[in-house]
Amino acid sequence: MDWIALRLSLELAAWTAAVLLPLGMLIARELAWRPRAGRAWFEAMVALPLVLPPTVLGYYLLSMFGGTTWIGQAYQALVGRPLAFSFQGLLLASVVFNLPFAVQPMQRAFEAIPRDVREAAWVSGLSHWRTFWRVELPLAWTGVVSSMVLTVAHTVGEFGVVLMMGGNIPGQTRTISIAIYDRVQAFDDRAAALMSALLLGFSLVAIAVVYGLSDRRARA
Amino acid sequence: MSEGLYARFEQSGPIPLATELRCAPGELVALVGPSGSGKSTILRGIAGLYRPRAGEVRCAGETWFDGVVDLSPQRRRCGLVFQNYALFPHLSALANVTLAAGHVPPGERDTRGRELLELANLAGLEARRPAQLSGGQQQRVALARALARDPQVLLLDEPFAAVDRVTRRKLQRELALLRKRVRIPIVLVTHDLDEARVLGDSMSILHHGHTLQCGSPVEVMTRPASAEVARLLDLGNLFEGVVREHRAERNRTLIGWGDYQLEAVHAPRLKPGDPVNWVIAPEYVVLHRRDRPSQGERENPVSGVVQDCVSLGETTSVSIRIGGRIGEQLAMNIATHHARRNKLAPGESITVTLLGEGIHLMPWGGRHAPPATDSA
Repeated sequence: MDWIALRLSLELAAWTAAVLLPLGMLIARELAWRPRAGRAWFEAMVALPLVLPPTVLGYYLLSMFGGTTWIGQAYQALVGRPLAFSFQGLLLASVVFNLPFAVQPMQRAFEAIPRDVREAAWVSGLSHWRTFWRVELPLAWTGVVSSMVLTVAHTVGEFGVVLMMGGNIPGQTRTISIAIYDRVQAFDDRAAALMSALLLGFSLVAIAVVYGLSDRRARA
Repeated sequence: MSEGLYARFEQSGPIPLATELRCAPGELVALVGPSGSGKSTILRGIAGLYRPRAGEVRCAGETWFDGVVDLSPQRRRCGLVFQNYALFPHLSALANVTLAAGHVPPGERDTRGRELLELANLAGLEARRPAQLSGGQQQRVALARALARDPQVLLLDEPFAAVDRVTRRKLQRELALLRKRVRIPIVLVTHDLDEARVLGDSMSILHHGHTLQCGSPVEVMTRPASAEVARLLDLGNLFEGVVREHRAERNRTLIGWGDYQLEAVHAPRLKPGDPVNWVIAPEYVVLHRRDRPSQGERENPVSGVVQDCVSLGETTSVSIRIGGRIGEQLAMNIATHHARRNKLAPGESITVTLLGEGIHLMPWGGRHAPPATDSA
């Protein structure tokens, strides 16, 4: 059992969720409530990681943020180390890859709030900020929790993009899914089986939570 | 009017608007019109939820909108009851109300909320969520929430549309009582003419975003400004004729209607030879007694055949097909015992008087070619 890889995976999942909670919510609210020209393209871009092979996504991320690109060089000049093959690079890839998993459940939840309920809050004197906290979030919380659970579960299980963008550096970019691959390659069946069982249980619980919340919202 | 509400909206699209509205404190103006006539848009414009291209909204001496000033809904002290109430589903009835009482010190909000719920006859139901309340109770919570802001104007968007008939009557009565306690302008959007007539001090008739007529319910119902208004109000006895001459000394204008010449209320704006529309309320149609003709029967006598008689309790509604080349249906209401005494039945020939004081002339606004001018 590679405990370091498990801890790294959990850290990556926590950071991805921390970034995507505000960012995904911002995008989800925008998509839910502001019909505007080009929305279909914007939605398609957000959803792209769902259909794109992870290797393709990883390739483009490397092409954009690798050490030879100007973004990559600017990052290195600023921070002192390359973005690719680092935890930060991994986080960037994870955020991009998880965007649809974070945005879509929240978007559906915000879309379900009738427009006149929000308007009633404004007419009742509530600022947009108070409307968000007192009306929107309490009504959309199941969608927000679902999206975070999906993001965490998906980050812990992600493989292709992580390998492309992060490589396989123990303690830095080797996540649990890569560690499983590593153990299988090394014929260490016991460790691979243990880690796989752990991921299976974790994913099952996560999906059950998402469906449970979805049922709760449907009944509300 | 500086203490009341004044609203004017003008734009050619996307929702065409050409409307003006005045409502004094304590007054209730009913906005009436078919679906899509812009009633709710006007209400939203007043509340700041819709921004028209041009116009003006002033309330209690304060400018809320004039093209330069455009206060947010939060800064306009409006109480708005939405058509489907738009209650906060996750909050109790009390929390729905107290959330709107942000201007009240935190320690007093609860008391204020309870007072308003009591005023809305909801004492004891404070802890219930909207889903646990009936339609009528939800409407009352919505009204209490609208009042929680101590609004300068109360806007009601079809507030009785989603409740059953009995509850509607009860809620309408409660609104009438509430008006005595709350001295602010009230604008009621409705497509129900009876509701507008019963509750409104004045009515504003809207069609395609245009105000067609404003006035007291009696004035609008008996003296519609145009044939279009008469049609929107579903006034039954709407006919076409031609102006023949004015008799100003008798306060009458003579019109031709098929073979008949009728005396109508003087309408000096119309010129002899002009095609016109005219209406007469059923109560101005008087049956000639067959057994005892009287003097008054010389005024606009018209003959026809009874098409049907429908007894509606104490009143009987009679439909008469007018003879000659007119061939149109005329409706009248008479007391049921009167109908019985005169043995009114389908197929019977009768003569009625159209009281001149009840014949209201309007510029012609027919849907087809105007009636031919005659030389009679």
